[in-house]
Amino acid sequence: MFPIKLSQVGFTPDGRSVLAGVDLEIDVDGITVILGPNGAGKTILLRMLAGLQAPHGGTIRWNGNGLPAAGIAMVFQHPVLLRSSVFHNAGLGLQPLALGRAETLRRTQHTLERVGLAHRAADSARLLSGGERQRLALARAWAMQPKLLLLDEPTAALDPSATESVERIIREIRSDGARIVMTTHNLGQAMRIADDIVFLASGRVIERAPASRFFARPQTNEAKLFIQGELPWRIAFDD
Amino acid sequence: MAYRIRRLILPLCAALFGTLAQADESIVLASTTSTDQSGLFGYILPRFEAKTGIKVKVVALGTGQALDTARRGDADVVLVHDRPAEDKFVAEGWGVERRDVMYNDFIVIGPKTDAAQVKATKDVVDGFRRIAAGSAPFISRGDKSGTHAAELRFWKTAGIDPKAWSGYKEAGAGMGPTLNMSAALGGYTLADRGTWLSFKNRQDLEIVLAGDKRLFNPYGVMLVNPAKYPHVKKDAGMKFVDWITSREGQETIAAYKINGEQLFFPDAKN
Amino acid sequence: MLDTFLEALSLLGRLDEHVLAIVWLSFKVGLSTVTLATLIGLPLGALVAVASFPGRSIATVVLNGMMGLPSVVVGVIIYLILSRSGPLGGFGLLYSPPAMILAQTVLVVPLMAALTRQIIEDAWREYANEFRSMRFSLRHTIVSLLYDCRFSLVVAVLAGMGRSLSEVGAVMIVGGNIEGFTRTMTTAIALETAKGDLPLSLALGMVLLSVVLVLNAGAYNLRQWAMRKYG
Repeated sequence: MFPIKLSQVGFTPDGRSVLAGVDLEIDVDGITVILGPNGAGKTILLRMLAGLQAPHGGTIRWNGNGLPAAGIAMVFQHPVLLRSSVFHNAGLGLQPLALGRAETLRRTQHTLERVGLAHRAADSARLLSGGERQRLALARAWAMQPKLLLLDEPTAALDPSATESVERIIREIRSDGARIVMTTHNLGQAMRIADDIVFLASGRVIERAPASRFFARPQTNEAKLFIQGELPWRIAFDD
Repeated sequence: MAYRIRRLILPLCAALFGTLAQADESIVLASTTSTDQSGLFGYILPRFEAKTGIKVKVVALGTGQALDTARRGDADVVLVHDRPAEDKFVAEGWGVERRDVMYNDFIVIGPKTDAAQVKATKDVVDGFRRIAAGSAPFISRGDKSGTHAAELRFWKTAGIDPKAWSGYKEAGAGMGPTLNMSAALGGYTLADRGTWLSFKNRQDLEIVLAGDKRLFNPYGVMLVNPAKYPHVKKDAGMKFVDWITSREGQETIAAYKINGEQLFFPDAKN
Repeated sequence: MLDTFLEALSLLGRLDEHVLAIVWLSFKVGLSTVTLATLIGLPLGALVAVASFPGRSIATVVLNGMMGLPSVVVGVIIYLILSRSGPLGGFGLLYSPPAMILAQTVLVVPLMAALTRQIIEDAWREYANEFRSMRFSLRHTIVSLLYDCRFSLVVAVLAGMGRSLSEVGAVMIVGGNIEGFTRTMTTAIALETAKGDLPLSLALGMVLLSVVLVLNAGAYNLRQWAMRKYG
């Protein structure tokens, strides 16, 4: 699967240019956070990495090949859960993998324990709190043991303690060996968990750097303005 | 989950379909609404079934439809009342072993007020002329039944084209619905006595003419030709034909009464 | 009018074995029909909702149109097919409960499939991203959507049951209204009406109505319960 290479990728819905000439390489390890103003095309970029959206221009290659048959999982900004038990939802992504009944049950149970929802396995997924729903969505993706996990705003609209437990889970999934690419509006979160930052603006990758360097010494004016403009406001609100 | 559904559905299907399958020997008897709705079959068939163990499934239709059903091979035995049509059916090779069974009579039904003065005559053809000259409507079966065929013969004899008369209405239905319609419209109609006697929604209707020899209504029974349709249950069907024309069958027919009145008169030639 | 109604009520008080057998047969035919039609109609409706294939909109229109199929037409067609002189005559199914089930299934499948399509299409809009990201096959997608909508789909199943129980044209033609064998509540009502026995047909009508009401009340309570339990 790795490296994933995007070359001159464009996305122009209804003739409007959202992404234009994006070049990006995702290699095998770490947590990459995509930052950028609203409408920069962050979500669309995740969908392209998941193979859910074909680019309108340019190419995406997964280790030189087309979309791999398995190994990619995605958690959407507003995860939709089936009207059914927490346990059933957690194991949903395993159905197409045909692992066999015992292995499916074992993995589902194990993952629920790791996100701290094992005690709610029999409850209805749709009656969980916002933080629990997000953890369940992460469990559903995690149980699939993906090589690449894509997260779109995983803590939007969560309170600080729920945000903290989601971040803890994201780190654990990474130590489990999954490559993580995520978006967030929360710069504090990006500082806390990102290994490297992809800064997207005006439909292009403006800057890519290790997280520590990006926040300490942004190379471009756009990134500087973004960090200065957004940072105090976001911290005040989310953390 | 899929497994759970399967475990639920399979036994359910088995239970439902299993109970629907019946192993008893049975024959399909295509007959007329007049014999069925008058309650005759309800009276005589249990006796036949008790004696032979053969279940008779009655499909009640108009005579024309009953014969058509048999022509398609969907019945084993036919019991109807339209002699010309029966003879044609046999002549064309669809039926065999035709026998006379019984007769009842047709009656002319009309409103008690009898605006057309039908009660003043004993002649059915004269009665029909009076109806056509009056203002009350005439409700025809209009369904190719034996009763319909008899009615059309009376119009023909009277020299009247009923369709040219605005009071003539075709119900396109069985005897019962036609009587319901007559009651609702205060009209005249031709009915068989059996259906009339067991008919409950009479309102203002009554018999306005009966007893003319031409109102004689004979029923015949026949087996659907097994040479045309090999699946026809020849033995069981013949048992029924034999029984209903036997002394026992004939006595059973004669014994069926509504309010003490005999409906059908056996006339099998033994 | 009132007399007829009161007499019908008094008849209800002494439902005899004979009438109960008719009610029971109606149930057997109705349940068998709905079981078959559920197994065919729900996946079919979900397939039309989810799968993209050429002519999908035509399939939708045909499905919706067939909801209004006159039962007599279906009855005549099935009659001609099952008749001894028809293509499936060799099975000798005409004038039997299986023939009635077959005719009613043909009648009920489009209804249930069309209702299912509407319900599943809405759900599919919600889940499309999730299921695609999990690489669900068409089969997994359909099974999961049907499962997720199971409580809404009760409406479709119930509509099928209602149509099956209240339908008279098709069962009359292919069943023949044979006493003790293919006589259902509706054909019995038609017969008693024909015989001018209006109180009895009204009484049977009331049985039919209460059965349908009980079914609907049950479904309503099931949905209420499900809404509380599953959100």
